[in-house]
Amino acid sequence: MTTLSREETEALIAEVLEVYPEKAKKDRTKHLAVNDQTVEQSKKCITSNRKSLPGVMTIRGCAYAGSKGVVWGPIKDMIHISHGPVGCGQYSRAGRRNYYVGTTGVDTFGTMNFTSDFQEKDIVFGGDKKLAKLIDEVELLFPLHKGISVQSECPIGLIGDDIESVSKKGAAAIGKPIVPVRCEGFRGVSQSLGHHIANDAIRDWVLDKRDGVTFESTPYDVAIIGDYNIGGDAWATRIILEEMGLRVVSQWSGDGTIAEMMNTPKVKLNLLHCYRSMNYISRHMEEKYGIPYLEYNFFGPTKIIESLKKIADFFDDSVKEKTAAVIARYQPMIDEIIAKYKPRLQGKKVMLYVGGLRPRHVIGAYEDLGMEVIGTGYEFGHNDDYDRTIKEMGDATLLYDDVTGFELEEFVKKLKPDMVGSGIKEKYIFQKMGIPLRQMHSWDYSGPYHGYDGFAIFARDMDIALSSPVFGNLVPPWKKAVVEEVKKAA
Amino acid sequence: MAKLRQCAIYGKGGIGKSTTTQNLVAALAESGKKVMIVGCDPKADSTRLILHSKAQTTVMHLAAEAGSVEDLELEDVLSVGFGGIKCVESGGPEPGVGCAGRGVITAINFLEEEGAYSDDLDFVFYDVLGDVVCGGFAMPIRENKAQEIYIVCSGEMMAMYAANNIAKGIVKYANSGSVRLAGLICNSRNTDREDELIMALAGRLGTTMIHFVPRDNAVQHAEIRRMTMVEYDPKHKQADEYRQLANKIVNNTNFVIPTPIEMEELEELLMEFGIMEVEDETIVGKTAAELAAEAA
Repeated sequence: MTTLSREETEALIAEVLEVYPEKAKKDRTKHLAVNDQTVEQSKKCITSNRKSLPGVMTIRGCAYAGSKGVVWGPIKDMIHISHGPVGCGQYSRAGRRNYYVGTTGVDTFGTMNFTSDFQEKDIVFGGDKKLAKLIDEVELLFPLHKGISVQSECPIGLIGDDIESVSKKGAAAIGKPIVPVRCEGFRGVSQSLGHHIANDAIRDWVLDKRDGVTFESTPYDVAIIGDYNIGGDAWATRIILEEMGLRVVSQWSGDGTIAEMMNTPKVKLNLLHCYRSMNYISRHMEEKYGIPYLEYNFFGPTKIIESLKKIADFFDDSVKEKTAAVIARYQPMIDEIIAKYKPRLQGKKVMLYVGGLRPRHVIGAYEDLGMEVIGTGYEFGHNDDYDRTIKEMGDATLLYDDVTGFELEEFVKKLKPDMVGSGIKEKYIFQKMGIPLRQMHSWDYSGPYHGYDGFAIFARDMDIALSSPVFGNLVPPWKKAVVEEVKKAA
Repeated sequence: MAKLRQCAIYGKGGIGKSTTTQNLVAALAESGKKVMIVGCDPKADSTRLILHSKAQTTVMHLAAEAGSVEDLELEDVLSVGFGGIKCVESGGPEPGVGCAGRGVITAINFLEEEGAYSDDLDFVFYDVLGDVVCGGFAMPIRENKAQEIYIVCSGEMMAMYAANNIAKGIVKYANSGSVRLAGLICNSRNTDREDELIMALAGRLGTTMIHFVPRDNAVQHAEIRRMTMVEYDPKHKQADEYRQLANKIVNNTNFVIPTPIEMEELEELLMEFGIMEVEDETIVGKTAAELAAEAA
């Protein structure tokens, strides 16, 4: 009913673009496309990873957000210093729901904020002395920390603070790794460059620190790369992998430690979930240590089973047998979930707009519940992400890159999805329109959504949102007058 | 009470901006004018001849000691020297760290907020670091600050390049505010036909050479004693030169939006005065060996 033909979707894009001034129209045209499953290379139909236009209300973050917030922040036994003025660290503190086990403030520090709190004098005279002092104080007050990362805020790049030399000196003095990260917020077009910079810092300052050190390895050693343990995702993942007979040596970076990172070059296979934020380090380990990496997807039973088989193929028969047993054991649970929710969710349409992985990775989970994704887009994806998306999406569905506030609202109004999966910035706009929205960055304070356990929660949450009677009764205030008039007329 | 006139002195590094400014200001003070000097250079050498000190304690240095600039009082940073001249140095980091430009911005904001620009002042002079390398060093010529710019230069090629570049910077701020070029001060290096050359350059830039300060070792003798000419040897003819300059500035009304010239035009001017050789395009990019082979 609401599914448009290719021509209608093209007309919709043209209609939405019509309101822009010429220059903006020219730019935004390249970021909107009608999906064509026959296309092999996304660069033929969509442009991504470009600077956003001023005034469009993009929801993108910055390089600091990508490094401190995403890649480094979850390493729980390190202290991550937000080097610069207080705001960047304080307003991102504990903002991402990467769960961890530990005693905060003693041996883990995930939800704390450490900052050099720059004042004018630090800008003028440089912040290096303050950073050195901060490192000393951290060592004195939190002696059980296992290392420090220095996350650069914008001014560090402007005044040229030599954080590398302070880090080297400090590391020698305290006998623990200190990692300088040049993730100044003004670099790049989104948080995506921050991921890359953070990956490079791991490569240059962490990864080779245990090269040549003996390690009792097994043929079943793997690492989970690119799982940030949002609401416990990595735990739900780890259970399955261990049941397959694999040994998870490290988790990057949700509930992870720096020791795990240093041991990763010893594993046999890197399992890469978030390709966007950690493909760089995975490629590096493939080149330098010859460790292959395998992209997998733990959203929804179809993709989980597909991924489990792919992973098992890499190992011997014992793993293959255990994997078959795992799949069989969970099947009744999956059948039960699907039997319960599919009749309620069948045929419901979803539009997604998320970060760099989920716009494609969660499609299968929705489909397992009988739902259809009719539009999707990445906040900070690159074209290799769209390459991987085209086949996942139905023909003539809508693709939107770095979508603007205006575009997403218009698309939703026209495509009339039953639900939107996006973030906090979108949530209340669409809910006030009477359309349920689930946050697909934070799992709306729920989760995990990865793995078999996660699918049960995912299915329940989607049902809660779609079946809630509130949306049937919800009339936005600006439509109330209209509703009254209609009632009178009737 | 006449309106406060705010003047900024720019020019190539090492040209003698600080020496000229202080000698000039001393002459103004001698004539009864109330003047303040604001040094905008991390080296902090803009007030030493007035205060007879090595280097004045700077706003930023005091702010760093006190914790923040908000903890300072005006009396802490303001010193009074020869002729009642008020002296302030913005200060800044040692070379290679931090942001000196931000130091200038912070210091000038502090002076404004604390009321350093009092009603009894006739003149404020900003003595600014050689090159306008970033926004911080353009602070003195932004809105509501210096409106008259004097460029110190000499008949040397690089000094004239710098003067032209500074004129370009002034154009940028002149169009959005009221800053104007008020003249070139030639601080002589005894090059040939120096006065004519600077007058010609001034003409091209749409301004005048407001004064030609001849070279005289007496200035150095005074400087060794951390004094200005007017104070060290008021009867010396060089002291009169600075008095003349001061007088010309007091009476100056020729404030213009400069017309900086293209590089070609500047080079033509330099060739005309024999400072630059006519370029031989045929030798560009040739090594000594190649040239020797050609000559043979």
